[in-house]
Amino acid sequence: MGFEGIGAAVKRKEDGRFLAGRGNYVDDINRPGQVYAYFKRSDRPHARILRVDTAAAASAPGVVAVYTGADFAADGIGGLPCGWQIHSKDGSPMAEPPHPVLAQGKVRHVGDPVVAVLAETRQQAKDAAELIEIDYEDLPGTASVLDALKPGAAVVHDEAPGNVCYDWQIGDKAAVDAAFAGAARVVKLDLTNNRLVPNAMEPRAAIGECDIAGNYTLYTTSQNPHVIRLLMGAFVLHIPEHQLRVVAPDVGGGFGSKIYHYAEEALVTWAAGKLKRPVKWTAERSESFMSDAHGRDHVSTAEMALDAEGHFLALKVSTLANMGAYLSTFAPAVPTYLYATLLAGVYKTPVIYAEVKAVFTNTVPVDAYRGAGRPEATFLLERLVDAIAHDTGIDRIELRRRNFIPANAFPYQTPVALQYDSGDYETTLAAALKAADHTGFPARRQAAAAQGKLRGIGISTYLEACGIAPSAVAGALGARAGLYEVANVRVNPTGSVTVFTGTHSHGQGHETTFAQVVAEQLGVPVSQVDVVHGDTARIPFGMGTYGSRSIAVGGSALVKAMDKIIAKGKRIAAHLLEASVDDIEFKDGKFSVAGTDKSKTFGEIALTAYVPHNYPIEELEPGLDETAFYDPKNFTFPGGCHVAEVEIDRETGVVRVVNFTAVDDIGRVINPMIVEGQVHGGVAQGIGQALLEQAGYDDGGQIVSGSFMDYTMPRADNVPNIHVGTESTLCTHNPLGVKGVGEVGAIGSPPAVINAIVNALEAYGVRHLDMPATSQKIWSILQAGAPRMAAE
Amino acid sequence: MPQVTLTVNGKRHTVAVEGRTLLVEVLREKLGLTGTHIGCDTSQCGACVVHVNGDSVKSCTMLALQAEGAEVTTIEGLAKPDGTLHPMQEMFREHHALQCGYCTPGMVMSAIDLVAKHPEGLTEREIREGLDGNLCRCTGYHNIVKAVAAAWPLMHAKPMPAAAE
Repeated sequence: MGFEGIGAAVKRKEDGRFLAGRGNYVDDINRPGQVYAYFKRSDRPHARILRVDTAAAASAPGVVAVYTGADFAADGIGGLPCGWQIHSKDGSPMAEPPHPVLAQGKVRHVGDPVVAVLAETRQQAKDAAELIEIDYEDLPGTASVLDALKPGAAVVHDEAPGNVCYDWQIGDKAAVDAAFAGAARVVKLDLTNNRLVPNAMEPRAAIGECDIAGNYTLYTTSQNPHVIRLLMGAFVLHIPEHQLRVVAPDVGGGFGSKIYHYAEEALVTWAAGKLKRPVKWTAERSESFMSDAHGRDHVSTAEMALDAEGHFLALKVSTLANMGAYLSTFAPAVPTYLYATLLAGVYKTPVIYAEVKAVFTNTVPVDAYRGAGRPEATFLLERLVDAIAHDTGIDRIELRRRNFIPANAFPYQTPVALQYDSGDYETTLAAALKAADHTGFPARRQAAAAQGKLRGIGISTYLEACGIAPSAVAGALGARAGLYEVANVRVNPTGSVTVFTGTHSHGQGHETTFAQVVAEQLGVPVSQVDVVHGDTARIPFGMGTYGSRSIAVGGSALVKAMDKIIAKGKRIAAHLLEASVDDIEFKDGKFSVAGTDKSKTFGEIALTAYVPHNYPIEELEPGLDETAFYDPKNFTFPGGCHVAEVEIDRETGVVRVVNFTAVDDIGRVINPMIVEGQVHGGVAQGIGQALLEQAGYDDGGQIVSGSFMDYTMPRADNVPNIHVGTESTLCTHNPLGVKGVGEVGAIGSPPAVINAIVNALEAYGVRHLDMPATSQKIWSILQAGAPRMAAE
Repeated sequence: MPQVTLTVNGKRHTVAVEGRTLLVEVLREKLGLTGTHIGCDTSQCGACVVHVNGDSVKSCTMLALQAEGAEVTTIEGLAKPDGTLHPMQEMFREHHALQCGYCTPGMVMSAIDLVAKHPEGLTEREIREGLDGNLCRCTGYHNIVKAVAAAWPLMHAKPMPAAAE
C-alpha cells in the first residue's frame, strides 16, 4: 500500500456503490407489507380549521387509515420539541409554542401538515387525499419579520404576543455606547441575509415499522439518528430508547436540513405502531420546499465606531431573525450563539454589543443551513468593512490588515464570549491575494472594459466556529443535549478494524477519512478498516454530523478510543514479549520492546486478544474493543480569505463569477482531495446565495418559489472553476489539530461575491447590494442613469 | 391495466402499468433498479436520467407506456459483467466528482451522452452547458467537469482535440 494516512488523497471507499447505482437511500428501502403515507398540507399561510371531512378519503380504494391532529390529541401526544432554549434580555425564557405533529385548530404556514392518508400504494394515498375537504377561515398572514413586528400584525401563536419569540442580547452595551460617543467616525449599514431553501438532492423520506412486541424501527434521512431517537422517543411518542431503533442509511446530502426532527418521522412511526404495518413516506420536491427547514432570513443594522485611522473601536448590531411558524429543533441557537458570538470575526474590535429579536411569521420554520449563523455574521461584517472602506477612502485590504487579530495574539478572547485558540489571518490573506493574482486585476479590468464588461474583485476575510462545545458551556447557554461524540473501535481477531461512529456521513466521505485516521494511528491499511455510521442499534451513541463537527469531535473520539486500543495492546505485547509495559513502543503497526528487535505485529496482538491461550488473563480481559466519549474543550476556529472576481454584462445585468479563490485555515488536513471537494461545494452554495437563490413569499405568506422552476439553484454553468488552497495553523485543543471544513465555503464566499459586484459597480455609486444580486437587480442599477465611467 | 414491454440493461421485461405511471416509477418500483433517483417533481434536477434507445432522457418526463419496445440503460447497466466500471464512472471516482451520490447516477448518464455526442471534443464551457439539466448540491460541479473532460479521451480512444481544450 502507498501512504494512506493523514494527508493522503485517498480515493473514496464509498464511491464504488454510489457509482454502480447500489447506494441504499431510504426511498430505496421497501419493507414487507408496507403502506404509503401522503400528507394533505395547508395551502394557506394562516387559517383556522373549521371542518375536516375525511370520510370520502377513508373509503377510497386502497386506503388503510386517515389521521388528523385530533388523533394525536386523543393519544395524548404533544408536539415536536425544541432542542435549545434562549432567554431574553429580561431573563424570561423564549416563547415556545406547541408544534403539533398534524395541525390542531389552526394552520400556520403553507405546507403545515393537516391530514395523513395511508394507503396500499403511493398513488392511492395521493388520490384519496384529493377527496379530503377542509374548510378554513383565512386569517391575515405575515412573511417578513418587519411586517410581523408591526402593531396589529396577525399573531401566529397566542403564546407569543407581538410575534416575538425572544429578545436577546450579548456584549457590553454601556462600553459600546461610550466608544461610539468618543468615535471619530461611525459607519452604518442596513442589510438583509436572504432566505434560502437547503435543497439536498435527496428529498426527505421515512419508514416506520413496529413489531408485535412493540419494538420500533425508523429509517429516516437524518444527519443524526441518535438525536432523532432521543427527541422522538422521549419527547414525542414516549417510546423507550431500547425499543426504538433509528437507521439513517445512505443519505443524499443534508446541509443542516436533515438535522431536525420532523413531523413526518413521528407520524410514520406512530402509525406503524397503530397498524402494525410498515409505513413509508417520501417527500416530493414541492413538499421539500414547504416543509424542510429553511435557512438565514435576517434583517440587520450594523454600526462600527472608528478612530481617525480606521481602527475599529466598537461594533453595534441589531438583528431580526425569522423563526418561521414554529421553532425547529435548533432554530433559537442559530441567530444567537452561532451568529452574534461570531461578530468579532477576524478583527480585534475591543467592544461589541448585539441584540437579536427572533420573530414568528407564517412561513416554513427556519433553522441551521450550511454555516448556520456564521454566514450571516460574516456577510454582515465583511460588507460592513467594505462599506467602511468606501466611506473613509481607506483601501479595503489595508483596512482589514489594520484591524486583524495578529498571529501572535492567540489564544484570543473576543468581547462576545468566544476564545479563539489559533489562526493567522495575514497568511491566508496574502496567500489568497497571490493565488488570485490580485495585482494583475487592473489589467484584467481594463481588458474586460474593452469588451463592454464591468469587472470587479472582492475579498472576504472570515472566521467561523465549529463543533459546538464543551457540553457544560452549551448547556449553560440553553442546549438541551450534550455535544460530545462517541467512537467504538472494534479490532477484529484477524487485525481488521471496524469503527462505529456517532457522526453521520451524507456526502462528507467519513468512510474514507476516518479510515485514514485509523491507518495513521494503528498502521492498518484503509482497505482493512470499515466505518459504520447511521444506526442506533449498532453504534453506542452519538450526536451526529452538523456544524463541521465530525472530524474535530468525532475524529477526536476515534483517536481516544484508539489510544485505549494501543494501551491494551501494549499490555498484551508486554506479556508475549516478556517485557515491562513501560518498555513497549507502538509504531508503524508494530509493538516492540524499546531498543531491541523483539516485536509483535498489530495482527498478532489482535489474534492473541481473541485467542487468549498465552495471555495475562488474571489482569486483563480478552478482546480488543474500546469505546470513547470525547467532549471538546472548545470550539474550533477555521478561517481564511476568499477572493471573487466577477464580470457584469452591461446589456443584460448578468453577473458571471469568472475567478474564485479560497485559501482556508482548516487545521490539519486529513484528505486534501475531500477537503477541496468540500470547499468547492460550499463555495457553489455561497455563489448561489449571492447571485441566484431566494425563498420567495408574498406579503401574506404564500410561497412563490415552490419548485426548481422558480427557485434558482446554481447549475454547472453558473459557477467557475474554484481555486482552493490551505494555509493551516493547528487546533491546539484536539488530538488531531483539525478544525473542520464542511461549511467554510458557504461562509466566506457570499460577501466576497457581493464585494466584487459592488466593486464592479463603483462608478454607479453603489455602496451596498443585498443578495441575491440577480441580473434584474443589476440591470435596474445599470439602467438608472448612472454616471459615465470616467475611468474608461 | 395496460402492459408495456421494454428491455432494460439487456433484459426484456413486460410489466402492467397505469396510464399515468412514469418510466422512473417502473424502473424503481417494478424492476427494483433503485440506482435511478428522483430528486424533483418538475423535471428540473436530472437525478433520474437514463438512456432510452441511446439518448439521455429524464425518466420522470416519460410515461412508461412511451417506452414500449425501447432499449433502456440505467446506471446499473453501465459496468461490465465482471464489475469493470465504464470510463465515466471510473473518472468520477478518480476526480472525486461525487459526494452524497444522489445526483451521481443521472449525472453520469447525462455525461456519457454528452461526451458520446461530441466526437469533435468539448470545451469546459460546453461541458458546463451540457450538464445544465443536472443539479448537484454537493460538489460545486468543479470535479464533475474535470471528470467528464478526463473521460472524453477514454471514451473516444484518442486525445481530446487541442482546439477543444
